[in-house]
Amino acid sequence: MTVTTPENASAGLAAEVPTAIEVDGLVKDFTLRHNRSLKELAMAKVRRKPISDTFRALDGVDLHVRQGESVALLGFNGSGKSTLLKLISGVMQPDAGTVGVRGRIAGLIEVGAGFHPDLTGRENVFLNGAILGMDEATITARFDDIVAFSEIEKFIDTEVKFYSSGMFLRLAFAVAVHTDPEVFLIDEILSVGDEPFQKKCLARIEELRAEGRTLVIVSHDLDMVANLCTRGVLLEGGRIVADESAVRVVARMRGQDPDVVEREHAEADARRAAEAAADGAR
Amino acid sequence: MSAPAAVSTQQAPLVAPGHGRGLLDVVRDRYLLKLLVRKEMRVRYRGSVMGLLWSYVKPGVQFAVFYFAMGYFLKLNDSVPNFAVYLFSGIVVINFYSEAFGNATRSVVGNAPLIKKIFLPRELFAVSSAWVAAIHFLPQLIILLLASLVSGWRPSVQQLGGAVLAFVIVGVLAVGLGLLFGAVNVLYRDFENIVDLLLMIVTWTSPVLYDWQRVADAVGGRDSWIMTLYQLNPITSAVELFHWAFWYPTSAVRTAEVVPPLPPHLLWSGLSGLLIALVLLGVGQAVFRRIEGRFAQEL
Repeated sequence: MTVTTPENASAGLAAEVPTAIEVDGLVKDFTLRHNRSLKELAMAKVRRKPISDTFRALDGVDLHVRQGESVALLGFNGSGKSTLLKLISGVMQPDAGTVGVRGRIAGLIEVGAGFHPDLTGRENVFLNGAILGMDEATITARFDDIVAFSEIEKFIDTEVKFYSSGMFLRLAFAVAVHTDPEVFLIDEILSVGDEPFQKKCLARIEELRAEGRTLVIVSHDLDMVANLCTRGVLLEGGRIVADESAVRVVARMRGQDPDVVEREHAEADARRAAEAAADGAR
Repeated sequence: MSAPAAVSTQQAPLVAPGHGRGLLDVVRDRYLLKLLVRKEMRVRYRGSVMGLLWSYVKPGVQFAVFYFAMGYFLKLNDSVPNFAVYLFSGIVVINFYSEAFGNATRSVVGNAPLIKKIFLPRELFAVSSAWVAAIHFLPQLIILLLASLVSGWRPSVQQLGGAVLAFVIVGVLAVGLGLLFGAVNVLYRDFENIVDLLLMIVTWTSPVLYDWQRVADAVGGRDSWIMTLYQLNPITSAVELFHWAFWYPTSAVRTAEVVPPLPPHLLWSGLSGLLIALVLLGVGQAVFRRIEGRFAQEL
């Protein structure tokens, strides 16, 4: 199914770089069924109570993401971020509106989905890699990189159920970031492992971004996304209420003045760049 | 993993995610299918000393029980020559069908964590259940072959072809019904129990523990419409084809004073069984795709 889009409204730069994700008028309702057994259904009928309620998780969301952009989806719990991500990844289908994606897509909605505790680390790497859309040759070629990244070489032939939770997450994350899609959807998985490993994960995400891949990240770690993402989209009650630079949206969420925070952020960046340049010169 | 790889997608068309091509995607993702089957086998026999040997032991015991109960107590040994092979060639078909259909029905709900998190062709789970059942069918088939050989088995090429046809009928039917009930089971878990009930009946609606003539006698002859209805059941066709392939060409049957007659229109009932199975596969796939969009939120 191809989605035709109207001429790109936000002209200029947008017209040159093609979109990676196009979301238009997206609506998603959830039916909350109170009961399902015959007895309960009959009772509800007799008492003239509603059998189900609907809850609108997304209410007319329009979002166009250009290739190579890194977008943070922000918002408090229940604002519809994860639902939007699931709709983009294709796990769920919209009730109205359209979703279109260009190129291959990897939804890292949860690390370790598809890992089986009774299989060894090695078997899980292959199984999870295949689930995330890699073929046998690709997984074989990247296997050593994946294991090296996770730093659990010694335990790779041990069954995953004997892993510590940290080891498990490391391996799962390592597989996820070695897939090769054009669009990455990342939901709350960057808070993995200890600090050195987190740094490594962030560096890897930066690398993916530098390769020109599109990132859509859901996270509550506001500082992290402010540094990592170029664009922030704030959701509230299933609608987009702000769509500007990630730094400004984060400032808004914290009740700070976006202009001040943005200036400080730019100054900090410039200082770091200057220091790096000075280091390089020395 | 270089920049040009990512840039080359500029011309890629805009595609709505989550719309696979159903069973065709399973063919494309056969490497993943292989890994899922391997996982299933590994998990099934984890921490088990005998492992796959269990798939010999279970049908063996089942066979022994039926053989003594039906063969000696109900004296079927006297009326059906080489009753042991007759019985076992029907049992293996039913076992394959029950395992494939039952597990395929549970496969969608059983893989809920994965289905909720990552999009992949969900038909894979039903197909891998059937595949695992086929792996368990293999040792039973080997035992059946040995038993047939010992009792002087001389099959013709047509008869071997009939066995292949029967296997295909059962496989297609199990995947089709597994997709159908697996999808509906997401909405109403009652269907697991309905399928259990169907599988309880299926041994008796086909000539596994008795021979077809008893049915014909009871319903008024081999040409009565009830007999036709009985033979329209694809599992009945498959069981009869297995009898024809593995039991009929054994020496006890060939040299019997009265050679047992073949059921009427065996070939046609086989082909109609295949046709019905294919139609149900189509229906199962259609229903599965209709409900699939709601899997992630209903599980």
